[in-house]
Amino acid sequence: MTSFADCTASEVLAIMSSRLLEEGQVVFAGVGVPLLAATLAQRLRCAGLTILFEGGVVGPMIEPGQLPPSTNEQRCTKRANMVLSSTDVLLLLQRGHVDIGFMGGAQIDQHGNLNSSYIGDPENPRTRLPGTGGGNDISSLTRMIVAMRHERRRFVEKVDFVTSPGFLDGGTSRRDRGLLAGGMYRVVTDLGIFGFDDETKRMKIVALHPGVTLEQLRDNTGFEMLHDKQIAVTTVPTERELTTLRELDPDRLYIA
Amino acid sequence: MDVMAYPALREKLAARDRSLREKVMSLEEAAALVNDGDSVGIGGSTLSRTPMAMIWQLVRAGKKDLAVSRSITSSEGDLLFASGICKHIMTSWFSQGIVWGVSKVMRHHVENKLARYEEWSHLAMGMRFRAGAMGVPFLPMRSMLGSDVLKLRPEAKSITCPFTGEQLLLIPALNPDVALIHVQRCDAYGNAQIDGLQFMDMDLAMAANRVILTTERIVSNDQIRRVPELTKIPFFAVDAVVEVPYGCAPHECTNVYEPLFSHMDDYTSRVNADPVAGMQEYIERYVKEPKSWNDYLGMLGLTELLDAARRGRSMLND
Repeated sequence: MTSFADCTASEVLAIMSSRLLEEGQVVFAGVGVPLLAATLAQRLRCAGLTILFEGGVVGPMIEPGQLPPSTNEQRCTKRANMVLSSTDVLLLLQRGHVDIGFMGGAQIDQHGNLNSSYIGDPENPRTRLPGTGGGNDISSLTRMIVAMRHERRRFVEKVDFVTSPGFLDGGTSRRDRGLLAGGMYRVVTDLGIFGFDDETKRMKIVALHPGVTLEQLRDNTGFEMLHDKQIAVTTVPTERELTTLRELDPDRLYIA
Repeated sequence: MDVMAYPALREKLAARDRSLREKVMSLEEAAALVNDGDSVGIGGSTLSRTPMAMIWQLVRAGKKDLAVSRSITSSEGDLLFASGICKHIMTSWFSQGIVWGVSKVMRHHVENKLARYEEWSHLAMGMRFRAGAMGVPFLPMRSMLGSDVLKLRPEAKSITCPFTGEQLLLIPALNPDVALIHVQRCDAYGNAQIDGLQFMDMDLAMAANRVILTTERIVSNDQIRRVPELTKIPFFAVDAVVEVPYGCAPHECTNVYEPLFSHMDDYTSRVNADPVAGMQEYIERYVKEPKSWNDYLGMLGLTELLDAARRGRSMLND
């Protein structure tokens, strides 16, 4: 048995989020931790997991140590079943062929909205971030898992800009604004795993990682996190999970 | 960028010489087909099949006010902004690549309002080119609704579906004046074959009013006819063919070479440390000073090119 002290934050994210994926699912994965976690799940538990990449890839089997710099290069197509145009692979989301969308996040709010476009006022931004890529499409059209670092500046009450929609203003607002499918399912961080309240669609603790206290969570979260009286605790990464993950990314491109 | 009325759209294409003829020319000659102020669609995505040699030539030719569109924009966007040939990029994501963090060159230009980064979702970019390719003014889509990405894009129109009563978003067609697309091989007429990921290139080629192909190699028409199912762009939609080996460097061309990672590491650390002077020095040294594309490749270095080629071809090893 390993302990959390043996893992980097990105390793915790990759292993914990990998465990949420199930055999037979079709998973649309972003670059970085999502790509690693989906590949880890494929290798350890779910040989029948199908990964999709926005470059147009259907069912690749990423080679250890040959991680792509984004989801648009030739390494993404390694041992794939099919390549499509990027437009057509994204349309699989709209048609409903995808079980889970899986991506990283820069900033998230209590309703699961993600910002990867602007810090500050969009008209006069303090920082222009790279933007949505496929993020808006994935989160608009399917059930989402987000893996990201748990920091107060990243977990805010309301994002500066909704790049990729979660539950918008909560309640039924997502559906009311025309997004008839999908929504945030889980947010995985280095402190725990979070879901959303059925009614209010506010973020809620599903489980905390061993040793993480509510106080520590509050210190690192910019809004009030909902929770039940009893809080579940996750299981520490196994030796096998950690070893396999490190074999996938020996250069520590994404698990540094 | 206004959506063109259908008769105007047809007229522009009718003006093109569709005849079967050889179109092989130099980078310099092809650059002359791009006018100042043109809307320019760029093929490939992120670090893959970027028509870098053509963009490099447009910078050398001192083009002005190009309005550029691409599915996802990487370091060629830095080059377009910092060289001053383009002040407006339409894309879904713009940075050098996630492993290098956020492009300080993009940030410098956008945050200081020197240039505009117009953000659409990735699927919306695809719908824009596809509508353009289909000869219709828009296509309906279900993403971007409810988000702030849509708030900044009044060009897209939200409607109530006449069949279901559901809310839908209409994405306007994009018909670039000219498309720049790099392929693994084509013949002298422009029948182009693409290996690996196609991204939005087929829609882009059909949507554009002019297409400039750069290619790793020019092959015979017989060669094309042996595997016509690999042909993704037909000759009559092509206006120029330029043979440019390693035409995507320092980006990749599937099965031929991977990105030149050492050069990209060096480039990003240099320009992100100093997005103004560092970027200008890079443009002087790598774009303006080389005598030719081959001279530029020589500056990238034989060792790195061979390593990129070894990695690129390794896709076909097993």
